[in-house]
Amino acid sequence: MTRVSKLGQPRIGLIQFPGSNCDADCVDAFKRLFAIDIQLVWHEAHELPALDGVILPGGFSYGDYLRGGALASCSHIMLAIKNFAAKGGPIIGICNGFQVLTESQLLPGTLLKNASQSFICQYASLKVSAGNSGYHQRLQGRLYRVPIAHGEGRYFVPAEQLKALQDKGQILFQYADAEGHVTDAASPNGAVANIAGIVSENGRILGMMPHPERASDLLLGSSDGQPILEAFLATVL
Amino acid sequence: MQKDLLRQIEQLPNKSRSSLIVEEGESFKALLKKHKINDSEYQTLRSIVGRAPTLSELGVFSAMWSEHCSYKSSKVHLRKLPTEGPEVVVGPGENAGVVRLSGQLCAAFKMESHNHPSYIEPYQGAATGVGGILRDVFCMGARPVANLNSLRFGQRTHPRTHYLFANVVKGIGDYGNCVGIPTVAGSVSFDKTYDGNILVNAMTVGLIHEDRIFKGFATGQHNLVVYVGSATGRDGIHGASMASDSFSSQASGERSTVQVGDPFAEKLVMEATLEVLEKGLVIGLQDMGAAGLTSSSFEMADRAGNGLYLNLDYVPTRAKNMTAYELLLSESQERMLMCVEPAQWPALQECLKRWELPFAVIGLVTDSGRMHIVKDGILEVDVPVAPLADSAPRYERPFVKPKRSYSLDADLRKQLASLNATDLLSKILREDGQKERIYRQYDHHIGTKTVLGPEDQGAGLLWIRSEWADPKETHLGLAVAAACNERYTAQDPEMGAAHAVLKCYRAIAATGAEPLAVTDCLNYGNPEDPTIMGQIVAGIDGIGLACRELATPVVSGNVSLYNQTDGVSIAPTPMIGMVGKHQDVRQSLPAVLKGPAHLYLLRPKTWQPTFGGALLNKVLGIAATTEAIPAVDWAQEKEAAQAIKGLMGKGLLTAARDVGAGGILTAAAKMTLASENLGLDVLLKSSPAESATVWFGESSGTYILASSNALDLVTINKTLQRSELLAFAEATKGQNISFDGHLVGRKQLSESSVASLDI
Repeated sequence: MTRVSKLGQPRIGLIQFPGSNCDADCVDAFKRLFAIDIQLVWHEAHELPALDGVILPGGFSYGDYLRGGALASCSHIMLAIKNFAAKGGPIIGICNGFQVLTESQLLPGTLLKNASQSFICQYASLKVSAGNSGYHQRLQGRLYRVPIAHGEGRYFVPAEQLKALQDKGQILFQYADAEGHVTDAASPNGAVANIAGIVSENGRILGMMPHPERASDLLLGSSDGQPILEAFLATVL
Repeated sequence: MQKDLLRQIEQLPNKSRSSLIVEEGESFKALLKKHKINDSEYQTLRSIVGRAPTLSELGVFSAMWSEHCSYKSSKVHLRKLPTEGPEVVVGPGENAGVVRLSGQLCAAFKMESHNHPSYIEPYQGAATGVGGILRDVFCMGARPVANLNSLRFGQRTHPRTHYLFANVVKGIGDYGNCVGIPTVAGSVSFDKTYDGNILVNAMTVGLIHEDRIFKGFATGQHNLVVYVGSATGRDGIHGASMASDSFSSQASGERSTVQVGDPFAEKLVMEATLEVLEKGLVIGLQDMGAAGLTSSSFEMADRAGNGLYLNLDYVPTRAKNMTAYELLLSESQERMLMCVEPAQWPALQECLKRWELPFAVIGLVTDSGRMHIVKDGILEVDVPVAPLADSAPRYERPFVKPKRSYSLDADLRKQLASLNATDLLSKILREDGQKERIYRQYDHHIGTKTVLGPEDQGAGLLWIRSEWADPKETHLGLAVAAACNERYTAQDPEMGAAHAVLKCYRAIAATGAEPLAVTDCLNYGNPEDPTIMGQIVAGIDGIGLACRELATPVVSGNVSLYNQTDGVSIAPTPMIGMVGKHQDVRQSLPAVLKGPAHLYLLRPKTWQPTFGGALLNKVLGIAATTEAIPAVDWAQEKEAAQAIKGLMGKGLLTAARDVGAGGILTAAAKMTLASENLGLDVLLKSSPAESATVWFGESSGTYILASSNALDLVTINKTLQRSELLAFAEATKGQNISFDGHLVGRKQLSESSVASLDI
């Protein structure tokens, strides 16, 4: 069943915070889908090993007893991650990883409590918005069915910043209905403009609430996460 | 550290003892009552201690001899359960039971109740219930891969139900989601019998290598006893003995006895524990669960036949001026007790520091055979270990086994025949409809193993990819289910309990998996009432019968008694959890339709639906009937389960659903409603007089099977001796369900189904 990647063996690191709980799932998905062995990097490290790309996984880093990702953004390793990002290093933050990215101001905006005030676990349909990043180019033209599982996933930016995101083509994924219409009803968490994932201005950093590593086999409900992870690997190479 | 402690042990003979309790007067009686120690138990205590006990010692005995820790009312009967089988690796008596799945890969699992705390403080009570059962599984070295829960609440209209329901579900979700264990299946219902006592039963299943199953022993003289995890506070003191409290209407004053959960701490304790066990850094390890430090230290010492010296001054605390009594009985969560050789201590410390866990050496293993516990230089506890455990009371409580005769209820059937069947279907779905409002709040995808989750409405099924499994089984599945139909157990405590096993058996069989083994969580009322004790005995007999017949041994369990309020006990609720093995999850069957299909009914040849304990009676407010709960033909049950597996193996099926509460039409409607734009045309016909019986009467050994092709019924039926397969319905694109010339819109039915959780 293992599909060996045509993409070679990039050096991908995954940052483990205490409370990260999607780390093993990411390791498993990259191994299964791409035969890539992910290197685990402990949150106390002051420097990153030589890496081509970084994953910030889902979970409840440091318990998330403040806001999601807020404590992790103050950890040692984030200084190294910021340096990595400043050099154009590719990063994908998934769920709690997205929260860490916004709290660290590597991505704009913030993630608020879901409009329903409760945790939501379900499949969501993601539409790719307009933009020119590598992600946009690779993923454009279809819907992606990927699960979400979060209590604080309601993306928010003020109106003028939202416009800037739109103008710069930074919105990557929007929650849509099964036909691809971006409607209020299609938004599970009340995110502004149904935003599910955004990229940095240089297109090198992706933050998204849905979990592509979970949509990694039809047996698990969907394999639509695979092209998303491939798009990340494409930014790495 | 070790030297310090050794010196302290040398000085033990010179230590002054804490004051002994005064054995006279009203205050003495009150003290014993508070500790739930009766006169004869006190005499045993006294003969073990050889003098009057200190207050701490009394607390220790009270906790260790509580119903919760000692199973004193149920043990003589629990011994009758079948516990052995070819796949059983660890049976009852350990933290969790273990069965072999494939190769050297095993599943460790157990179910446990957290009923009393959840009624008093639903959010924390339910959350810490999940935490406790997770620790039972991972302290054996198994990595948890699935959580389940079975919840029972009072009537929807009861003033407390909304509060309890909302907070129990949130508590379970927040805890499991944070630790990162998927909640994949469970059951829930609302009934008057639980108005004053809700049930929160949580189950965890973990994976483990057969050679790495860890049991907690405190061996090796002068090895270090290490406290690991959250600091101790005053929460949960007397939790173990409170679990044996009955409630009165003024119970809410007990909040302070409920533990407070910290799932982040649990996650760290879990990772550290699994790492410590994998690296072999400890020789003993025990979760501080019910009765906290007391039970964990006594159990660890008792298993090894050793003594312990503990100095409570070293215990990390989060409240000031805690007494020895409080430290020993606190049930603060997310704590472990470990026993380590001095040579491994540096490596253990390094691991615990990495996971940022508080820890402290609090004592040493001794060869004294006694538990010596010191605080502030005073000897607080000085009792022999083995006699305390061995002399735990065992009661053969008087019981009256329920004896009833059952007969067809002609009046009831006549009454039901006059009712509008579409109306009844709608009402049934309004009572027991879709559970989305609950499972949306549970992460059921994490772990990337969930092939069948709560949306599929049957047993949970996980795709297990493990290097320990037989390499040929690339798509090995672990099936899990938890259930008990309390209407059946109320009507017939013995066969009702057998039906709880059957319900799980069929749910697992319907996925195409092979049922393997059982855990139970026996929720009953006050065992001192012979009628209730009779229910308990009958329930255990029923479980034993079913588990023998179905070859699914009981490998772990838990007992929750005294579920009564103002003298009224709950209906017997022996909750059953079951695991099974699926040989190839690529062929697995959901319990819902994913698109158009031909539906077939697989049922006993002697199919005779009944209304004993039927959901329809409850919906219509019919309090009593003379009818029996569904009759069981064990050979047919096994044949039907094998038939599904066989048809699945040939690729002939797309879905299978066990027919349970509400009968065949309810099951078919639920299968259909799960898929958008799907309608159902039922081919089977009933006569007006029999209509309610056929559609909503309940039976055992019955399934609805779905296929995308027309099945060759003649050929298949030739292979069946006790069951028959017949054409039942056609599911096609559409908006209606039609049967017997009735037509009802799926919109109306869906609304009823969703409204079932409008609480």
